[in-house]
This record gives sequence, structure tokens and C-alpha cells, in this order.
Amino acid sequence: MSAFTIASIPREELLAPGHRMCQGCGAAIVMRHLLKALGKDIIIAHATGCVEVTTSLYPETAWRVPWIHVAFENAAAVASGIEAAVKALKRKGLMNPEKKVKVVAIGGDGGTVDIGLQALSGMLERGHNVLYVLYDNEAYMNTGIQRSGATPLYAWTTTTPAGKVWRGEWRRKKDIVGIVRAHGIPYVATVNFAYISDFYVKLRKASEIEGPTFIHAYAPCVPGWRYEPHLTVKIAKLAVQTGIWVNYEIDRGSFRVTTPVPKRLPVEEYLKTQGRFAHLMKEEVELIQKLVDEDVDYINKLAGSVVVGPVERK
Amino acid sequence: MGKVMPLSGNYAVAYAVKAVDVDVVAAYPITPQTAVVEKLAEFVANGELDAEFLHVESEHSALSAVVGASAAGARVFTATSAQGLLLMYEIMHIASSSRLPIVMGIATRAISAPINIWCDHSDFMAASDTGWIMFMALNAQEAHDLIIAAYRIAEDPRVSIPVAIGYDGFVVSHTLEPVDVIEKEEALEYAPKRVSRPTLDPDRPVTMGSLASPDWYFEFRVQLQDAIENSRETISEALREFKRRFGREYREVDDFYTDDADVVIVSMGSTTGTALVFIEEARRSGMKLGLLNIRLFRPFPEVEVVKYLENAKAVAVIDRAVNAGSSFVGPLYSDVVVSAFKKSLDIPIVNYVTGLGGRAVVKSHIEFIAKHAYSLVGKKMREVKKHYSFIGVRE
Amino acid sequence: MSALPGWRELPRGAVILEPGSSVRYKTASWRVLKPVIDQDKCVRCRICWTYCPEPAIVELDQPYTSRSGKAYKVMYAIDYDYCKGCGICAEECPVKAIAMVEEVR
Repeated sequence: MSAFTIASIPREELLAPGHRMCQGCGAAIVMRHLLKALGKDIIIAHATGCVEVTTSLYPETAWRVPWIHVAFENAAAVASGIEAAVKALKRKGLMNPEKKVKVVAIGGDGGTVDIGLQALSGMLERGHNVLYVLYDNEAYMNTGIQRSGATPLYAWTTTTPAGKVWRGEWRRKKDIVGIVRAHGIPYVATVNFAYISDFYVKLRKASEIEGPTFIHAYAPCVPGWRYEPHLTVKIAKLAVQTGIWVNYEIDRGSFRVTTPVPKRLPVEEYLKTQGRFAHLMKEEVELIQKLVDEDVDYINKLAGSVVVGPVERK
Repeated sequence: MGKVMPLSGNYAVAYAVKAVDVDVVAAYPITPQTAVVEKLAEFVANGELDAEFLHVESEHSALSAVVGASAAGARVFTATSAQGLLLMYEIMHIASSSRLPIVMGIATRAISAPINIWCDHSDFMAASDTGWIMFMALNAQEAHDLIIAAYRIAEDPRVSIPVAIGYDGFVVSHTLEPVDVIEKEEALEYAPKRVSRPTLDPDRPVTMGSLASPDWYFEFRVQLQDAIENSRETISEALREFKRRFGREYREVDDFYTDDADVVIVSMGSTTGTALVFIEEARRSGMKLGLLNIRLFRPFPEVEVVKYLENAKAVAVIDRAVNAGSSFVGPLYSDVVVSAFKKSLDIPIVNYVTGLGGRAVVKSHIEFIAKHAYSLVGKKMREVKKHYSFIGVRE
Repeated sequence: MSALPGWRELPRGAVILEPGSSVRYKTASWRVLKPVIDQDKCVRCRICWTYCPEPAIVELDQPYTSRSGKAYKVMYAIDYDYCKGCGICAEECPVKAIAMVEEVR
């Protein structure tokens, strides 16, 4: 198999334009390529969230694949049911047994790490052949930027405003990948579309593996993170270059960083691009830097070598 | 015909689910429903039922999973009670509005708090506004038969609405009765699998569960109301056909001695049996009592109900649930009163709430109710001072 | 309102039967600045096409020979019906072949 490059991306669009995702929406880029990577023979169960509402405004849909939304907290349960139906109907000759159909659940961070966590855990534990994709824009963006369990430290949101007492979110982002991998599923990976080949390789691997697989996708949010819409890909790249986001996979237990970063940029380079961190003081930036350094140390320990290097100050 | 077996209500339901060859079962254990899913698990484990069995982590996921499976074209089943039903509540509305022919068993049980695992109708009644077709079975045989009929009704292209079959927790769910078990072949002839709806199929991609703005939402709610209203015809057709094939007759309501009754008692579920025993005794001593059993609860059979109340001089409605603070208290009462008012039936209709949390409903309770209602004969509705009372509670 | 179909005419359960029908909704009016591709500068790297969130950049099998004599098999064109004017394409273009210009309506 030759290496995947930008030239390998299929031309066919399975996400139609005319959707109402924001100018420069990171989640839209995730969805578009997720569909291209997985192809037509999928069924999507989508949790309530901004992608859901902006792509399915009756009487029109942006989806060119079978797609269902039921509620906020149950995408994984709905996907479980669809997968079970496909299995039973094939076995009983009520559906073409030769037809390969992958069931995909999609949820935002609220729908996955908070309200949908129980259903997700059930789906993973029961071993359904479902790929779960979390698009993480780090807050409840659909309802207007309220903090979620995935909101990073010190981020401003409408429910963690920066005031005299509060300094934005004061808790750290929930380690959803850690929770998911604890279920012992065959494949877990993080993806960032700024590294598009890595994105495709992982989505396809996750789709081909029989059993529950999980993709944690980075999804910048223009209004929620408070930046200009043309910066979406820039910010995504900076997330990796600063070590705030690490592209890795855990493939049947073996851990691998897929986007090595020999020399990291200071986290400040990332934080300063976004209005949600505009209130940060020097000490707060330093604390974030320290925590990211610790995370990187941990990643390198898991990798067995220094794949994400030290910060290089300009 | 099938063979007669001693079965509890729960097992009778499980045998029905097996007979209709369900494709996907998803359920979470809760007393008193548990034995249904245990039995179904046994059937699947032994290869007697070829189905995917989902050991979901909650009732919310149980109903969500069968929604997904039904949307993908499978014949599905779930069952629950009390808190489990409340946890499903959100998804019940979505199932009906999405027009998915799901069938569910409800072994009725009181709602917390205090926590109580015994029978009343609080759970069943709490689901009465979800847009599901709802039946209450009187006994294990009926639970068995109505589950099979439910698939024929739900999957009828004219209907395409989920159906819930209630049966009283413990009183029916755990009591052994001889049940004439319908075999798979007969069940499938009567209720063949029909998939007339668009399904989740990569060859014909559709979008389900879209966002409907104020320009569109209203129309879909009206669609559901129209469909459930018009399901009456399909329901009675399905029940008539059931009688033709299997010999057992089920009507929307059962009337006993209503022709000449001064007082008609209206009840639902196992209370009906107790009431009937008392009424037959009372008739021998000259009390002209009648009884109306409500089998179909949604859509509410108002025409049938009023037909059997028309000659009465007073009506006693027995409820096993309370809608605290409402103008009606007992939920069944509200449906009866509204139905009667629509036909200008100006007789005293009073509500007796009894048997909450498994408190036994005994003959003496029915006697009290009958006598109390009798004392209102000759009055008009507006002359009734107290419209409800609790029977069997300690003062 | 009266132009919209009544409840009897709508598919049951709000199912949308036509995949990708959002194409009927043009998002052009969201745009303040519009991207313009300089076909002579463009090196056909596919990055703008890749990162368009709509998608509103189409890849056409249309041969083109640039002024400097370079022959290409494809062309990238903005679909102005859907472009919301986010400017990611211009930002990411490695050869600055896309300019964001004021939208004149």
C-alpha cells in the first residue's frame, strides 16, 4: 500500500454544501473528510449537537449517506441497535449478507464525554462493530459556548467567564481517550485535520477493524474559541506544534505517536490565537505550559522515546 | 393451535416475542419486568430465537437501541417497568414521532419515591402522552396475545406507530396461568414482518431525526395525532382477525352487565377481575352494577366507553395512579369524564384511587366504591361535592 | 407559509428522502469577502480544496496552461453559490494564489 497523500483524497463529496455550519468551521472539515475517508457504505448515528442541527434542517439534508439523529446522550446506543439490526437481518437473509456496512456514531464533546458517556461505555464494552467519532470543539457550542468536561484549563466560556473570582475554566480537560482505552477496545486514535494524511489513515483503519473503535478528532470552533475564521487550519496545526494536541494511536494495545514533533513551540503561540484565552496572565500561561510539558513527558514515556521534543523558544 | 403451558405473564410475553421472530431485543433488568428478558435471553442462548440480544446499560439505551434497530428495518422488542419507563420517556416521544413500529412490554409498577417495586399504574399512565398505542392486558394469555397483535398493528403501513402492552406487575407478570401459546408459523402468518417505511440503507440514503423549524414541526405532530386517531380501525381489524384465527376475542373495552346497570364501574388491569367477582355477587343481591374494562388506553376508545355508560345513573372510575394537583387526580378518570362530557352525559362520574404501590385491591374496596357511587344516583355531575377519594389508604 | 406543503403531503416522521438536498440552500449571502483564484499562480497543490469546510471549491478536469507555460490537468474553481468567505483557502495557499476581495453585489 502506497503512502496516503493529499492527492489520494477521493474527489466525491458525501457532505453536501448548503449546510449551516459556521464560516471556517473546524467540525465541518472533520465531517467532510470523515465521509470521504469512510465512503458510502456506512450508516451514521449522530448525537444532538451543532453539526447535527446545521446539517439536517428540514426539509433538506447535507448528508449523502444514511443518517439518523435521535437524541443527545444516546448516539452510541442508537448505533449499537443499528449494528445489531444489520447483523440480525444479514444472518436471517433479510439483508444482503455480502453488503459491507459500517456503522458510525458521531458526537461532539458534550454528547460524548458528558451526557453520552454512559451509552458510549456500554457500546464499547459490548463490543459492537461501531466506529465512534468524537469531534471535540471543547464546549457546548450548539447552545452557545457553555463549558463541557472537554473544556481546557482557563478557557473562557459563557458558563466559565473570566471575572474577579473566576479565571475561566478551572478544571482540566477530561481524558476521554484514557477512559475509552480502559475498555480494552482494539483501536483508539486522535486525529487533527491539519495532518490530513494521518487523519485518513486512522479513519480508514478504525473503520476496517472489526469491533468498537474510537477516533478523537480535534475541531476548532470559530465563535466559541474567538478567532477569525480563516485561522482554523493554522490553529489546528499550532495545537500539534505546541504539544497541546498529540496525534497518536493505540492499535491493539500498541501505542504510537503518528505525528512526531521534534521541537515544540511554546503554548503561548497557540493560546494567543484565541480570544477564549485572551484574559490569561503570565503565570497562567506558565502553568498551562507546565501541564503540557508533563503530558508530553507521559506521551514520550508511553512511546518509549522522545517523539515530542522540548519547547524551543524563538 | 399451539399448546397450553403454565406461564407467568412475563414468560407469556417472552413466548409471544419468540413467536413473532423478533430480530433485535434490547432490555435492562427491572423488577417486575426482569423475567421477560431472562426468558428471551434463554431463547436466544438456546437458539430458539434468532435475534441479537443487547445487554444495554440502561433503559434509555434500551429504547434508543431499538429505535436504531427499527430505523434500520429490524423487528424489535423491549420491556420495562416504573423507573425504567421514566428513563425511556424522552425516547418514547421520539419513537412515535419518528413513526417506528416498536413493541414494548410494560410490567406495571409504582414510581419512586418512596421506592416501591409493586403494582400500580403510575408508570403506564406517565407514558400516556407519548403518542404510543397502549393496551392493558388482563392476564397472561392476553399479554401473550396482545404482544402478537401489537406487531400486526404497529407495522401496518396505515399505522406505523409504536405499541406498548401493559400488564400488572406481579399480579399478572408473576402469576402462573395456563396460556395457549401461539406457534411461530401461526404468529407470522397473522403478523408478517412488514417494512413499509424508509430504512437506514446505504443504497438509498435517507436522513432521519432532522431538525424541524417552526415552519415544519407542527405538521409532524399533527401527522402523529392523525395517525393514532386513525389507527382505531386497524386496531379493531387486527383484533377481529385475531379472533378469527385464534378464537380469542379482544375488544377495545369489555362490558359486563352494563345494559341495565344503575352504576357502572370503569377499571383497567387486574382490578377488573376483582370488580367482576364482586359485581356478580352483588347482582345476586339485587344491586344493579355494571363493569367496563378498558383494554385499549391509547387511542382512548371514547365512543365505546360512552356507549356503555349511556344508560348508567352513576359511574365509578377506578384509578391506580395519581396525577397530583391536576383537575382530575386519576388519569383514567380524566379520559372518561372528557369522553362523557363530549356526549353531554350529565351523570355523576367519580374517581376512586386505589391500590397504589401494590396495596391489595380487595372485594371490600369494590363494595365500598359501588355503594358510594350508588349513593350518587339521581344527581347531576355539578351536584357531586367530592370527585375523588382514596380507597384503602389509612387516614 | 401557504406555499409550503400541508401535513398530509409530507413524508412520515420528518424523514428526508433526498440525500444532499442542502444544495438547494445557497450560503453565498453569508460572504463578506470573496476568494479569487489566480489560475496562473496556482500550483494545483489541492490544499484549498482540502480545507474548504463547505465544500465550495470544486476540482475540475479542465486542462490549463499557465502563462509561464506549465500545463495542468485540473483546475480549482470557487463555487460562489456556497462559499461563505471564511478565507481558509487564501490563508492556507502556499503560493498566495488566492486573494480575498471585497464582495460586490
